[in-house]
Amino acid sequence: MSSAASLPQPAGLRAWLLSPEPTSRWQARLGRAYLGWRTFTKNPLAVFGLGIVLLLLLVALFANFLAPYSPVTGGDLRTARLLPPSAAHWFGTDDQARDIYSRVIYGSRITLWVVLLVSVIATPIGLLIGTVSGYLGGWVDTVLMRLTDIFLAFPRLVLALAFVAALGPGIENAIIAIAITSWPPYARIARAETLMIRNSDFIAAVKLQGASTPRIIFGHVVPLCVSSLIVRVTLDMAGIILTAAGLGFLGLGAQPPMPEWGAMVATGRNYLIDQWWVAAMPGLAIFVVSLGFNLLGDGLRDVLDPKAAK
Amino acid sequence: MTGATLTQSGGHHALRFFLLRTLQFIAVLATTLLGLVAVTFFIGRIVPIDPVIAIVGDRAPPHVYARVRQELGLDLPMIQQFWIYLKKAISGDFGNSVLTTNPVMTDIINVFPATLELATLGTIIGCLVGIPLGVLAAVKRGSLVDQFVRVLGLVGYSVPIFWLGLMALLLFYAKLGWVEGPGRLDVTYSYMYTPVTGIVLIDTLMQGQMDAFWNAVSHIILPTCLLGYFSLAYISRMTRSFMLNELAQEYVIAARVKGLSEIKVIWRHALRNAAVPLVTVIALSYAHLLEGSVLTETIFAWPGLGQYITNSLQNADMNAVLGGTLVIGTAFVILNLLSDLLYRLLDPRTR
Repeated sequence: MSSAASLPQPAGLRAWLLSPEPTSRWQARLGRAYLGWRTFTKNPLAVFGLGIVLLLLLVALFANFLAPYSPVTGGDLRTARLLPPSAAHWFGTDDQARDIYSRVIYGSRITLWVVLLVSVIATPIGLLIGTVSGYLGGWVDTVLMRLTDIFLAFPRLVLALAFVAALGPGIENAIIAIAITSWPPYARIARAETLMIRNSDFIAAVKLQGASTPRIIFGHVVPLCVSSLIVRVTLDMAGIILTAAGLGFLGLGAQPPMPEWGAMVATGRNYLIDQWWVAAMPGLAIFVVSLGFNLLGDGLRDVLDPKAAK
Repeated sequence: MTGATLTQSGGHHALRFFLLRTLQFIAVLATTLLGLVAVTFFIGRIVPIDPVIAIVGDRAPPHVYARVRQELGLDLPMIQQFWIYLKKAISGDFGNSVLTTNPVMTDIINVFPATLELATLGTIIGCLVGIPLGVLAAVKRGSLVDQFVRVLGLVGYSVPIFWLGLMALLLFYAKLGWVEGPGRLDVTYSYMYTPVTGIVLIDTLMQGQMDAFWNAVSHIILPTCLLGYFSLAYISRMTRSFMLNELAQEYVIAARVKGLSEIKVIWRHALRNAAVPLVTVIALSYAHLLEGSVLTETIFAWPGLGQYITNSLQNADMNAVLGGTLVIGTAFVILNLLSDLLYRLLDPRTR
């Protein structure tokens, strides 16, 4: 360490990022992000996970170019049904003579859509309930937390099943059902963070300046809870994908002919013994994608929430 | 002398504390269960199907419609409807199943042992394999065993259970022929014993029907191993982290300095302390297997609660779905609270 001063100082962008005396807020923020990135890339599994997630994004974006066939209309039912994997059909074809590879490619859009919508719906609900409950305390806290506990008490898939049963099967209802079952852990985390923030000096200072309660909650408490929630949501994404696929498998998620991976596995179940690829390929896609989200979430936790990593 | 009074008052204090905890336990249980009933009631109300039309048809004259509506209690205020629903739910009356025409509770009592059998065996496998694996991974940190436990956990958290089940069926039943396929028993054996407990393994064994017993074992082995895998993935990961925590404590150093063998230090001292939080983990994993059984039972045609719920779902049999959901939810809550209570009993520091 003592010889650090005599070493040649790194120049350029890296030096600017790692500067111990940032001259602007932007420089400080970018520097923090760079340090986080360095920690993140030290974990090869996390980088692998990020790779999978990026691949999913790209595949979903360019599905039109990547898929050689249509995902919903099949080929000739007399000759192209249930073909094994070959050069023409990489993952084989299903009972409707559709190319499974193309269906898996297009299915990535549905998966991504589900994950995105569930997190967009569930995170704000959890954040709102958690911060309000933690900041106000008292009977509001008691009521909101008991409500959270009740939702936590249900096993997730079973509650989602009951909701979809009531709302009717379909991708939108599956998304709503999963979102309804996803927010309680977020509320718990946001509350725990808020309890720590509530008594800090800067909140007291803002209060003395006459800030209203909503202003304190939304302007000062919420932004500080976001980073730990992002970690939790990323870690949860694999669970969201698995629940959505489970609902799809039971015929309660996306309806045919949508190429939803869980529903595709359910179709393959009828041809399991002789045409294994119909069930195996979409299931493998679910596995790889949720593995990617799990690895990415683990890596993000190490960067954003070093305490939890131990 | 002072010691005696101290322990006496300490004992008195502990007793009062325990009573207080029990009261609190009951209060939490009651409000959570009330909430569960409220949630299922709410779900039952948002069904877009009009229950009256479902009974009388859409061409019924208005006075018939009104009469049935009154009979179902749908003309009452919401609060009153909820009160009736709650009273019925407490007495175990969830109405009749449209599919089987039996009361839902009778159906659930019939199918529950099959689920219990599966989840219990799964948890036993999870503990027997998961705990030693977790301990080894913690003791030999960074070793091959540690990496193995890590991969087991990662795969367990990422793989869709229904897909893994199908692939296991394909490999071990269809291709290798090592085990029997879906179902609990072959038809030929299903009349060779009289159901007493509803748990086939126990019934056949008690009645000395060894052929039927081995057939049942061959049927159950794949679904239990599947559930057991998910349980062990979770238990081994948690055991590892609890053991790492214990092995860093000073009493472990003291035990080693005392000259105890490494086996005694690890298995008798460290594991005994790690066992306290492990109880919670095992109870949680058991509760999750009840949930995991929904998909597993569908794949293995296992006539349990999970299959009952999914069958009812596909036939829009809401009474059965909500009854089943409530039963699983209740089991979940009770297991959670029991694990909490056990934790407090086992760990003197929480008193």
